[in-house]
Amino acid sequence: MRVALFVTCLNDTMFPGTGRALVRLLRRLGHDVDFPMAQTCCGQMHFNTGYRGQAAPMVRGFADAFAGYEAVVTPSASCAAMVRDWHPKIASESGDRRFAERVGELVPKVYEMTEFLVDVLGVTDVGAYFPYRVTYHPTCHSLRMLHVGDRPLRLLREVRGIDLVELPEATECCGFGGTFALKNPDVSAAMCADKVTNVRRTGAEALCSADNSCLMHIGGALTRTRSGVRTVHLAEILAATEEEPA
Amino acid sequence: MSVQNSPGNPASEPEGRGAAWTEERRERSDQSDEGRRRLKAPRRLAGNTANTAMPTYIGMPAFPDAARRAVGDTRLRHNLAHATSTIRGRRAGAVAELDDWGALREAGKQIKDHVLANLGHYLRLLEENVTAAGGTVHWARDAAEANRIVADLVKATGETEVVKVKSMATQEIGLNEALAEEGIAAYETDLAELIVQLGDDRPSHILVPAIHRNRSDIRDIFRREMPDAPEGLSDSPAELAEAARRHLRAKFLSAKVAVSGVNFAVADTGTLVVLESEGNGRMCLTLPETLISVMGVEKLVPSWRDLEVFLQLLPRSSTAERMNPYTSTWTGSTPGDGPRDFHLVLLDNGRTATLEDEVGRQALRCIRCSACLNVCPVYARAGGHAYGSPYPGPIGAILSPQIRGIGSEVDSSLPYASTLCGACFEACPVAIDIPEVLVHLRARAVESSRKHPGEQMVMGVAGWTLRSPARLGLAQKAASASRWVVGRNGRIRRLPGPLSAWTDTRDAPAPPRESFRAWWERTEGGTREDRRGGR
Repeated sequence: MRVALFVTCLNDTMFPGTGRALVRLLRRLGHDVDFPMAQTCCGQMHFNTGYRGQAAPMVRGFADAFAGYEAVVTPSASCAAMVRDWHPKIASESGDRRFAERVGELVPKVYEMTEFLVDVLGVTDVGAYFPYRVTYHPTCHSLRMLHVGDRPLRLLREVRGIDLVELPEATECCGFGGTFALKNPDVSAAMCADKVTNVRRTGAEALCSADNSCLMHIGGALTRTRSGVRTVHLAEILAATEEEPA
Repeated sequence: MSVQNSPGNPASEPEGRGAAWTEERRERSDQSDEGRRRLKAPRRLAGNTANTAMPTYIGMPAFPDAARRAVGDTRLRHNLAHATSTIRGRRAGAVAELDDWGALREAGKQIKDHVLANLGHYLRLLEENVTAAGGTVHWARDAAEANRIVADLVKATGETEVVKVKSMATQEIGLNEALAEEGIAAYETDLAELIVQLGDDRPSHILVPAIHRNRSDIRDIFRREMPDAPEGLSDSPAELAEAARRHLRAKFLSAKVAVSGVNFAVADTGTLVVLESEGNGRMCLTLPETLISVMGVEKLVPSWRDLEVFLQLLPRSSTAERMNPYTSTWTGSTPGDGPRDFHLVLLDNGRTATLEDEVGRQALRCIRCSACLNVCPVYARAGGHAYGSPYPGPIGAILSPQIRGIGSEVDSSLPYASTLCGACFEACPVAIDIPEVLVHLRARAVESSRKHPGEQMVMGVAGWTLRSPARLGLAQKAASASRWVVGRNGRIRRLPGPLSAWTDTRDAPAPPRESFRAWWERTEGGTREDRRGGR
């Protein structure tokens, strides 16, 4: 299958290790991975902050960059949700029918990483090895926009050596919320503090999630408080093996 | 609206209070005690906007500033966390009992949408049927008109006191304050509203208005402000409830005029419906000679069959009860039974303007259950007062800026008072997609505001960069080149300007040695040997 990686602008710029891990993982599972260099950003930050006019060209750029692939896979539930929920509406509001049609064709082929692994490839045991105590934070957009359900946990449970522990009050938002973290820093920090408390209660060495944006926020508080807990994207755990550890 | 919590509910006995408004209270403390006792809480809502919409609370700062104070109030934080998580758990249980909840929710949504799409028809039908049943219908364009109508109706009776059933609509228009200016004292009879009113305070929750008060606060308020409070009143919930009961009983028996809100109005019979839990509403709706009900125009349902849906949705979402304790219905007036004189005030106050907005109009489906408040992680930390309106929480964040317009500082900040986590949408019994409306209103806030040129410039530059892979690549190279300056051990401890809001409480990651796209280019997609490896 000809798979395109949509790495997302945040991972591209700040967390390239996540993109490399996903490439390694998909190749290990026997798939060709391409990275269309024309890709940039799904437009979520601008759209969700109220700058719709700025988001529209990015939606167009996304449709151009990924046209023709059988599947587009992304290691971000939040960006996948943006594409699925909003790209068709933004395209149809543009009044350009051909653009709307192209977006309409593309969007069903865009998968968040765990959807692609579990639903399309039909695997939960990806041959990973990660001998650490890990807790999993299900991000809001993965839960309530994409409805990925327990797919990430099913993948994690098959990882050899892992000691997977449940995160208390897991479904509560961590307080990131994109520009919310800057516009309402006090409430954001208060929410993060509670998330950090719950993470530390688990005794986990690593906090895992399907979005680096939330992990950047929680991780920033974990290192600031010298908690000794590291953050690691789900793709990096699933890509890890005894030969190539994460 | 009038769904209330029972006094014995632990969730309604918080142990502290918010500080968001304490400074303002201090400023007002020079008012004479006598004046405060005569006209309870007349000054807390003096309208500072034009006569058109619900007043913004005086001096209300933008949400982030008000929330900052609330976040620092440890008792408020503890109480809200405890209270909201208790109600949240119960609601989830009550909803899980029904295997057709999804269908009920869809039915509720569709009934409301149908009414909104045919609002003129159903309002005329309601007016016709209320009038035929002996009631009088009044139409009010805005808060000022509604207040004028109610004040004139009360004056025509010659009375100077009214008893009130808990009502969001009259909170919205600041009715108590408007009546006070006309020399009419309005007494709240819902226990929590009574606590708020006696404490010269503001409600902070739709269902549990005194959620920010604990029982020792309540004892102190009763001792100080309730003339007939018993000697040696303790803070036991039973004693407090008994004191309130005795205090209110005298009001019920002497009042000649009552004012209520309306939960639902059945158009095809002209029947009004109020839901409450304490029985105070039943007293107000049956004992006085004159009843004046103020109703937002969106509260209609076509028929009794439609009402059935909401009598399931509302109690389970609101109080987590299977059935509402006191559901009062009345149609016009009935000789020898209940009020002789019934007046219905139909309130627009920004609703038809909201209806014009294709995305925003879904906020008018709201049945004021407050499920969205109880699941909202932002509300649980910021408290209700930070929203600067009688409608707090997620629903307030989409309702207030639509009813009042997005002009004021607090209203333009409300659409941003959310992480878009989606918990509110999930809990809403009439499927209001609150995140969708929030994002929609953010776009309106950006269009209508020129107050943040800095932000607009930053977003402009970011947009320009992100539109082009080449420019993004260059920006990434610049970021990577700066990593040794800005980051120590891969972490940035302090960022300048507005970004300091991040690093005040969180480290930021230092940029990596190379971006993903740089790595892909250098190694031809990882197929060439990657000597550098790592991050």
